[in-house]
Amino acid sequence: MSPTGGPILSILIAIPLCGALLLVFIDGARDALIKRLALAISSLAFLLSLIMYAQFDPAIAGMQFVERTSWIDSIGSSYLLGVDGISLPLVLLTTFLTPIAILASFSGIVSRVKAYMICMLLLQAGMIGVFVALDLILFYLFWEGMLIPMYFLIGVWGGRRRVYATLKFVLYTMAGSVLMLLAMIAVAYLHQGRVGRLTFDLLELIGGPIPYGTQLWLFAAFALAFAIKVPMFPFHTWLPDAHVEAPTAGSVLLAGVLLKMGTYGFLRFALPLFPEAAAAFTPLISVLAVIGILYGALVAMVQDDLKRLVAYSSVSHLGFVMLGIFAMNLQAIEGSILQMVNHGLSTGALFLLVGMIYERRHTRMIEEFGGLSRLLPRFALCFLVVTMSSIGLPGLNGFVGEFLILAGTFRAHKVLAILAALGIILAAVYMLWMWQRVMWGQSRRSENLTLHDIGRREMAILIPIILLILWIGLNPNPLLRRMDASVAQLLCDVRSTECERQGTAWRVSDNGAGQVSPSFVLYPTPYTLYPVVEARSTN
Amino acid sequence: MTELVLPQIDWTPFAPLAPVAVGGLMTLTVDLFLPPGRKQFIAILSLIALAASILLSINSWGTVRYGIHDAVVLDRFSLFFYLVLGLIGILTILLSMSYLDTAVADQGEYYTLVLFSVLGMMLMAAGGDLIVIFLGLETFSLALYTLAGFWKTELRSNESALKYLLLGAFAGGFFLYGIALIYGATGTTILRQIPDSLADGHPPSLLFLIGGGLLLVGFGFKIASVPFHMWVPDVYEGAPTSVTAFMIAGTKAAAFAAFLRVFLLALPALHMRWSAAIWVLAVLTMTVGNLVALVQSNIKRMLAYSSIAHAGYLLVALVAGGSSGVGSILFYLVAYALMNLGAFAVIIAVQGSEQERPLLADYAGLGWQQPMLAVCMALFMFSLAGIPPTAGFMGKLYIFSAALESDYPGLAIIGVLNSVVSVYYYLRIVVIMYMSETPSPPPRIPASAAAVLAVLVSVLGTLHLGLFPARLLDLARQSVSAIIG
Repeated sequence: MSPTGGPILSILIAIPLCGALLLVFIDGARDALIKRLALAISSLAFLLSLIMYAQFDPAIAGMQFVERTSWIDSIGSSYLLGVDGISLPLVLLTTFLTPIAILASFSGIVSRVKAYMICMLLLQAGMIGVFVALDLILFYLFWEGMLIPMYFLIGVWGGRRRVYATLKFVLYTMAGSVLMLLAMIAVAYLHQGRVGRLTFDLLELIGGPIPYGTQLWLFAAFALAFAIKVPMFPFHTWLPDAHVEAPTAGSVLLAGVLLKMGTYGFLRFALPLFPEAAAAFTPLISVLAVIGILYGALVAMVQDDLKRLVAYSSVSHLGFVMLGIFAMNLQAIEGSILQMVNHGLSTGALFLLVGMIYERRHTRMIEEFGGLSRLLPRFALCFLVVTMSSIGLPGLNGFVGEFLILAGTFRAHKVLAILAALGIILAAVYMLWMWQRVMWGQSRRSENLTLHDIGRREMAILIPIILLILWIGLNPNPLLRRMDASVAQLLCDVRSTECERQGTAWRVSDNGAGQVSPSFVLYPTPYTLYPVVEARSTN
Repeated sequence: MTELVLPQIDWTPFAPLAPVAVGGLMTLTVDLFLPPGRKQFIAILSLIALAASILLSINSWGTVRYGIHDAVVLDRFSLFFYLVLGLIGILTILLSMSYLDTAVADQGEYYTLVLFSVLGMMLMAAGGDLIVIFLGLETFSLALYTLAGFWKTELRSNESALKYLLLGAFAGGFFLYGIALIYGATGTTILRQIPDSLADGHPPSLLFLIGGGLLLVGFGFKIASVPFHMWVPDVYEGAPTSVTAFMIAGTKAAAFAAFLRVFLLALPALHMRWSAAIWVLAVLTMTVGNLVALVQSNIKRMLAYSSIAHAGYLLVALVAGGSSGVGSILFYLVAYALMNLGAFAVIIAVQGSEQERPLLADYAGLGWQQPMLAVCMALFMFSLAGIPPTAGFMGKLYIFSAALESDYPGLAIIGVLNSVVSVYYYLRIVVIMYMSETPSPPPRIPASAAAVLAVLVSVLGTLHLGLFPARLLDLARQSVSAIIG
């Protein structure tokens, strides 16, 4: 229960669900009403999530707003929801991006508006559910259930090769997920073997000793499901297809939220449930992450389709997130979580911008444009901010996340951090080069000369994102502070060490063998101190 | 002159069967006096009979009785199946009402045959004696042979009936031979007594093993397990659509009911011995069913192969055994019946009074012409594919978790990978309904109320079991305790 006593998380899921149900009963011909209603419903969920954010207590490491109701007793599954510092930013990201995505669809979606908006709202409910479910079966229910609306969004309102793309998306995800489901069941049975009670309660399952060999298999099953979702190299091939064919709002939510479900899955499930296996897999996953960073960047460089370029840049950015997660220290993991949000904002905005230009010109080919900065100054300005955020310009949000990830990774594996830093340079290359070809020089097509600049609605879509990009860039601490306790807790779970809270910093002791001292680095502006907690390994 | 002594017969075990039998006879008689075109009355009479049977079953819940020397057993296990079969019967009649008006001549015997068929299935689920199980098997099979060929002017329907009759008789022969050999080996056909006759510590005789093997073949035919599945696609494709729906749901439930009772109660010795064989059958059945379903272009044929694949999932649960394994079979059979009958109800509702439209391509654009029916169809497909939040997902969850519990991880992995394969062909229907271009959509006839009701019941059931499966699962596990010690 929340401090106010209401089941805030259930309501958060129920708002879009009930909204979708409401839309079913509205005459499909009344497009304008349906669009406004959908926007209002998803905005309502956003407002509620803001209340949750305000009530969230940064000092608590564990779950907050916990709701528990019995569900399927005979298999030990319960309706268990909760939010901590790891999922809070992602819930907010979801509720923030969905209304924007809906607003962005006002002009792009002209046919079957009712069905479209129902899918969007169902998707929102599913996404929130994924981030707040703490029962493994319940999590899986949301995780797979939200495939259905996404499947329709790509398949019905997508581009020319939409059927291929959507089936590929669903089959890839399913193929990874079903093995994870088996692994979940296996975890529960192993736990039952120890304590004699079947449960799928994540909080209870964490920390249970699982034999090392078994852990490796189970971790692999979880990791496969999440790695496909992220997507990590070499499981990324569904992503460019899905992104290119999806409608703009579909791409925004796919990149903005759905990909984070994979990285979130690692943090929430794979690492704490199987800490030793996670440690064993760290070299492999870190190397794959770096390959993903460089490969994604290099492939993005040679794309001639704007959307495909952004899609591959996602592969690269998510590589950073994965690298940070598997650096397994406070700094890098917080950087990763922040970078999940950042990527959702900047890539979401990039897809929105590409969608806007596509609506005007019905092409996304870079060669078709040129000189847009003079023709569409407002558009160009927004594009510039977002591009810089994506590159990681200091002062904008991308920098903070990448800096934390690289700084944290550097302490874990230096070579990988250096290689990953190359990815930032490459990002600057492909983004700026793209920017240059699209925005500067002479327009290569006469059609571009008659384009009108972005209007009020489109500004309303972009400005909130840009404000958030600036806000996180200049003052990331409110978000980071809310992560501290939970991430420190996660690190305790992962390292299987005893943790106790002392003052403002977390004290971590390696079974008494290690010495710990909280250290501070200046970050990122001179006026904020950023605590870094580190367990000094003695072996 | 001595008084004639009548044996004391406890008729209570027959209570839920009685309305169905009486209803069957009544419909047959009433039909004579009804003018053509008024046969809907018979359908309603049949619905009442089935509803009465369901009410009596609910009323008897918890009692355990044996009728006529164990011939018919009334326990939670048979009651569970009475309920399931009653539901299947009701849904079948609902979806037949509109179909019969149009595609098949309006004839009262249809409903009589459905009722007798349900009766046979119930008898199979309740049989405590191999002979009674055989009687049940033949009762429902004979009725189904006729129903499969009910569309007299349609060549495919004739072919379907003939194939079903020939292969069904063949399977019946195996079954009967198996009974004979088991009787030879043990001296009894009463299920409860068979294990006792073997209990002297000796390994089962060869005669007994062969008898059990023949029974397995007989059941293999009825549940459509590979390699005894060859009849399924042709029979299911050719039969009138409403009959196909009934066969897919009813036969599977009845055959599994008897299969479970015989193998768990009478032949536990063999069950242990054969879990390896059933393991292989399960893998083959899932894989062959799913792979062949991938390339079908006729929806009835596709669902026929999908029913084979589902038999495979059910066999996985049988291998797993135990109360969770067998309980998951019972749960899955309900889910399976709901989603298949629902899908067929949509097929029937969609075709209206037109010709059969069995090709997948006929469903192009349905999503926008008949949004409600298409959404339901999509839901049934997601459920068949095992995507949450549907009954199909929960069913698979229970089956595969039972497999893991009994330490068959390999089987569970093969099973879930199979269900990924199946996603492709189930979603193909959704793709066709929603994502294909239709140049000029043919006008659709509004669906009949009865078929819509069947769709509605199935949709609500599918969703309910997907979101709140706990009660049915508990019920299933309680029922299983009747046949597992």
